[in-house]
Amino acid sequence: MSDKPEALPITVRGVTKTYGRVHALDNVSLDVRSGEFLTLLGPSGSGKTTLLMVLAGFTRPDQGSLKFGTDEMIRTAPHLRGVGMVFQNYALFPHMTVAGNVGYPLRLRKMSRAEAKDRIDRALELVQLDGFGERNIDQLSGGQKQRVALARSIVFEPRILLMDEPLSALDKKLRDRMQIELRHLHEQLGMTTVYVTHDQREALTMSDRIAVVNHGKIMQLATPQQLYDRPENQFVADFIGDSTFLPVMRDGEGVRYGDTVLQMDGAVPDTKTLALMIRPERVRLVDGASEGMNVLSAKVTELVYQGESYLLYARLNDGAEIAVRGAIREGTFANLPRAGDAVKLGLHRADTVVIAGEGA
Amino acid sequence: MANTDLHTAGLQSADLHAAGLRRDEQMERWRLFGLGSPALLLVLVILVIPVGWLFYVSFIGADGAFSLENYERMISRKSYSRIFVTTFQVSLLTTGLCILIGYPLAYFMSQLPTKWANLCLISVLLPFWTSLLVRTYAWLVLLQKQGLVNQWAISIGLWDEPLKFVHNMTGTLIGMVHIMLPFLILPVYGAMRSIDRDYTKAASNLGASPRRAFWTVFFPLSTPGLFAGSLMVFVLCLGFFVTPAVLGGGRVIMVSMKIVSNIELFVNWGAASALGVVLLVLTVIILWIASKFLKLEQMTGGGH
Repeated sequence: MSDKPEALPITVRGVTKTYGRVHALDNVSLDVRSGEFLTLLGPSGSGKTTLLMVLAGFTRPDQGSLKFGTDEMIRTAPHLRGVGMVFQNYALFPHMTVAGNVGYPLRLRKMSRAEAKDRIDRALELVQLDGFGERNIDQLSGGQKQRVALARSIVFEPRILLMDEPLSALDKKLRDRMQIELRHLHEQLGMTTVYVTHDQREALTMSDRIAVVNHGKIMQLATPQQLYDRPENQFVADFIGDSTFLPVMRDGEGVRYGDTVLQMDGAVPDTKTLALMIRPERVRLVDGASEGMNVLSAKVTELVYQGESYLLYARLNDGAEIAVRGAIREGTFANLPRAGDAVKLGLHRADTVVIAGEGA
Repeated sequence: MANTDLHTAGLQSADLHAAGLRRDEQMERWRLFGLGSPALLLVLVILVIPVGWLFYVSFIGADGAFSLENYERMISRKSYSRIFVTTFQVSLLTTGLCILIGYPLAYFMSQLPTKWANLCLISVLLPFWTSLLVRTYAWLVLLQKQGLVNQWAISIGLWDEPLKFVHNMTGTLIGMVHIMLPFLILPVYGAMRSIDRDYTKAASNLGASPRRAFWTVFFPLSTPGLFAGSLMVFVLCLGFFVTPAVLGGGRVIMVSMKIVSNIELFVNWGAASALGVVLLVLTVIILWIASKFLKLEQMTGGGH
């Protein structure tokens, strides 16, 4: 806090953990750069929490290597790893005050009372809880508990910070604010941070990079924007954001959907089956063909009013249904086509993304 | 505002059932009270009235008039104070031994997967399936001079002469600890189960060795269960009769045994009642002190 602790890179190699026949982690390798905010994102049971627990030392993998900087850590006991961790349910000690909790790691490190008090005060100030030291844990709201847990995990200036769905118990408004705050705090402290969540928006908001995890494997590791715009496979495309997939055929260098040859910027993956990923907000309603725009004819099946946006479902000639989302401003909703109307849907070549199909 | 007018009009004309709702609320409370009334009646008939009677009888002398002679006798005769000292000694030792044996076992059970923990719990409760008397006499059979324990120990050469295990303090303690152990284990285990495992994980993540994590986090959080269990064992021991009577063989005399002899041998109800009253009052005082101590513990507990 006074002088930034030097952040450490994390190197994970070939980590495997099986429970009976289930692979919780299947030969996982991952590099977390020094000072980076990396999120492990995946559905429940994907292995993201298991991986975090391996980093913290609470789960012993079957095999693998884990390095903090250049030090091998895989067999180091949790209390000797020196990483901070924020638990999902905070795990604040109920028999200690706020200051007692935040000061706990400092007492273990035999820090003098005066210095410890100074550090505790600074940590509480950092999470905007100055003056809360003498409160009991059960006198705190959910958001305040979250902040205390955070203060406790950073007060001893660990060089690596782990967070296990720390915001999942908060209501939506508080969660949105805490996301930004955590982000700022990370920029301020600069420690290497590994964050686990199942909430894709949270991951997109906070992370430098996101590792999407499923079935104990990392499906893709990329920046939020790459992940959303250029997913490498159908799982990632499906898990992050809404999307519809249309089967497409290879046509020489390019790709065609039915009889329509698609214009596109990105590369076509080298797999047998291909799918066109369509994000509802990237589709527009157009009058006719125009430069750089792929146009598909469809018939509206349903129009839904959703407050800030509308959602329009349209059926293509081959029976596939795709969704179109658009912002609602003065006059837009009244002029939208209704169920049964024929429409033309435009997909800009930059938004035309072909990915490996399911089972490829 | 047409809307508001309509609203007030509705308020005035419609019946809002205030009185009815209040009545329903009261009815519900009475019904709840009704559920507890048989038990309350029972407590009144078999506890409050007899204890009142006990107090009354303790102040009646041999001549049938009001007198303090039953209490004076307790103060003047040395044997009585010895009995109280023995009673507290046996109770404290039993409680201490129960903690030493029960706490680690409860800890072990609390760390097991639920399925195995339940199996252990059933084993702990198994002794309750046989009567207290049977278990006590079983110890007598096992521990006596020609008992199984002595025979086996001598045959495998652990000791040469039969050791004296019964009709003394040792036998009394063995029997009582065996009987009392479940009463300690159950509340301690309950308290330990309710301790979130993340607490110990958090402690070790923050740099505490397993030993430090146990003493600074797990143990303080388990103390409410430990206090409850110890108190229960201690209070049960204070009035315990069967086991010390059988295994103590008349050498370990506790208050309960003196009460029995006062009635059976001397038919002195006044003296017996006075002993009962003193034991009851002492127990209440201990509980009162313990409750203060418990609250204090929760308030200061482990912070610094």
